[in-house]
Amino acid sequence: MTTIPTEPVQPGKASLLYDPKIRGYVYQLALLAVVGFLIYSAASNAIENLRAQKIASGFGFWHNAAGFDVNQKLIPFSASGSTYGQAFWVGLLNTLLVASIGIVLATFLGFFVGVARLSSNWILAKIAMVYVEVIRNLPLLLQLFFWYNAVLKPLPNPRQSIELPAGILLNNRGLYLPDPQLEPGGSLIVLTFLLGLVGAITFRYWARKQQEATGKQYPVGWIALGLVVVLPFFVYLLMGRPITFIYPELAGFNLRGGIQIFPEFVALLVGLTTYTAAFIAEVVRAGILAVSKGQSEAAHALGLRPGATLKLVVIPQAMRVIIPPLTSNYLNLTKNSSLAVAIGYPDLVQVFTGTVLNQTGQAVEVVAITMAVYLTISLVTSLFMNIYNKRMALVER
Amino acid sequence: MNRTVTAVVATGLMLCTAGAAQAQTTTLAQVKNRGQLNCGVSPGLAGFGVPDAQGKWTGLDVDLCRAIAAAIFNDPSKVKYVPLSSKDRFTALQAGEVDLLSRTSTWTMSRDTALGLSFSTVNYYDGQAFMVRKKLGVDSALKLGGASICTQQGTTTELNLADFFRINNIKYEVVAFNTGDETIKAYEAGRCDAFSDDSSALYAQRLKFEAPDEHIVLPEIISKEPLGPVVRSSDTQWFNLVKWSHFAMLNAEELGITKANADEQVKSTNPEVRRLLGVEGKFGEAIGLSADWAYRIVKQVGNYGESFEANVGSGSILKIARGKNALWTKGGLQYAPPVR
Repeated sequence: MTTIPTEPVQPGKASLLYDPKIRGYVYQLALLAVVGFLIYSAASNAIENLRAQKIASGFGFWHNAAGFDVNQKLIPFSASGSTYGQAFWVGLLNTLLVASIGIVLATFLGFFVGVARLSSNWILAKIAMVYVEVIRNLPLLLQLFFWYNAVLKPLPNPRQSIELPAGILLNNRGLYLPDPQLEPGGSLIVLTFLLGLVGAITFRYWARKQQEATGKQYPVGWIALGLVVVLPFFVYLLMGRPITFIYPELAGFNLRGGIQIFPEFVALLVGLTTYTAAFIAEVVRAGILAVSKGQSEAAHALGLRPGATLKLVVIPQAMRVIIPPLTSNYLNLTKNSSLAVAIGYPDLVQVFTGTVLNQTGQAVEVVAITMAVYLTISLVTSLFMNIYNKRMALVER
Repeated sequence: MNRTVTAVVATGLMLCTAGAAQAQTTTLAQVKNRGQLNCGVSPGLAGFGVPDAQGKWTGLDVDLCRAIAAAIFNDPSKVKYVPLSSKDRFTALQAGEVDLLSRTSTWTMSRDTALGLSFSTVNYYDGQAFMVRKKLGVDSALKLGGASICTQQGTTTELNLADFFRINNIKYEVVAFNTGDETIKAYEAGRCDAFSDDSSALYAQRLKFEAPDEHIVLPEIISKEPLGPVVRSSDTQWFNLVKWSHFAMLNAEELGITKANADEQVKSTNPEVRRLLGVEGKFGEAIGLSADWAYRIVKQVGNYGESFEANVGSGSILKIARGKNALWTKGGLQYAPPVR
């Protein structure tokens, strides 16, 4: 055995030039300076060129009248009086709407398909496999066109609307739901519902604590149903049915009244959901396979049924593997929602980077704002998913 | 996004080519030197600029290119057609790739003043209109209350729509698409009751439908879209040449000179006819052409009315009525200053 002679480090003796730490700082600073200069020169170049071309710049357009219309809007917007700034919010809210609903649906569908692919039921596993392989390997844009035409083509025109139960109508202009109107006393029902919801959540929390402490189980599902559904319904009857509905009815070319869900929205939602779900399914499958087989064997040995094994033993452990790639799928779904532009759904890119950019001609500002928005949405999503990931991480004792 | 990239690239190109376009010689001299006219046209809009199976270009806009070539070379075939998309067209003209743009371009103030280009005349008065299915039983745009309307995003189409329904206080739903093809597909699929675009484009697009006869264009025109040839602002002689080539075709129609009777008309005693056809005076020389420049145009291409009927009017598949494009003497807007 030979011993490696170690030289004692003598700080301060070597020249600063050879100090790796100082060198590191110098390189970092130099890189920062170069990047800073590049950004500065690009920006000043752009400003100079815009000025030379006499193209308007700045953010003054934000408060100018927009003068165009948008069909799907979550906040009031009209050609008369609304500004480009309001058009931005209309687009952003539409993006957030389709992205948030899409994320929830894609998560459910993805988990179901991912688990189904590992099922011992041969047919179910194969169907899940075909679904994943087909959807995952086709371009999303193509799928959106498919869904849009699949949604539109077979549906009748408004005069021959398909009548669904509960006054719901379906035609090629969208799905029309009855619009609930609160009569005096109706707000009490909403209040009961909200209280019931809080009660159900509190009870579930309490029941879990009880189970952990004593092992006693409570019928959480039934009690929650009672609090959230039965109780408000009881109040509804008691108050003399103070909620009325405005039903959609034919007026001229289209239906009037009710809540209209546009076919563009449905096509985009279905397209994004099925596409992202295929990826989530693979993430889920990978997560489940990452849990060692011994875990489920042990659970079975303890007498847990397959469903309970999956829910209580496998999934909680798989989540640690699933969450990070799940986050990036959520981000992809949000960013992919900008393909809405192809099928006429008024999302941020269609309204703001499309019409507003075209009318103001201020490409630099509009594109910069749009990029900042997507970056913010993505960072916020990541933040929440990271917090969730920390909570789900294996607690080491 | 795509449009943005194009806008940025175009801006860059404009900067690079601003100096290069300042040619030493006049455009006319360049064209004569080259032996052919470079004419920017539509990439394929029936009636205005479209190549047939043999690659021969026809259309109202194409006829103007042919007229100018006839005036310069006494041969209307000496034209090289450069099909240009709507986003590339102005850049191509600024860069000197084409000598003029004869491509259904709307004359607007910003285009006329901010691009270093000039619109010379209006060879087609267009306007935004609506197309609907016949079976809807609608005969006026004012009866479109509550209707869904498909339109193409961009330009001023959306604004014109909003203005029209606002002015008339009618409710409507707009569904805006990125490209013309997607708009038409959605309209055909029944997503919308009406489809809105420039009326000439409506007539041309209707031909692409499975059953064109089931659709009609409503009579209301909701915007002004004066379409005309564009040249670079820097060359006044060329600007005048393009302008007067169109005026020659209009004056010929007004004076009753046609392709068929041009040779007889040369013997006419009418001083206006004699001046136009170069029998009296040498008006063509002021724009660098021969005295019989207008005779060449009418003899080889025809007058404006003939060109209109053959390309977009009764002699064509489009069957568009003269309407606003009739001569001023017949209640239209086409009016040419006199040759004197």
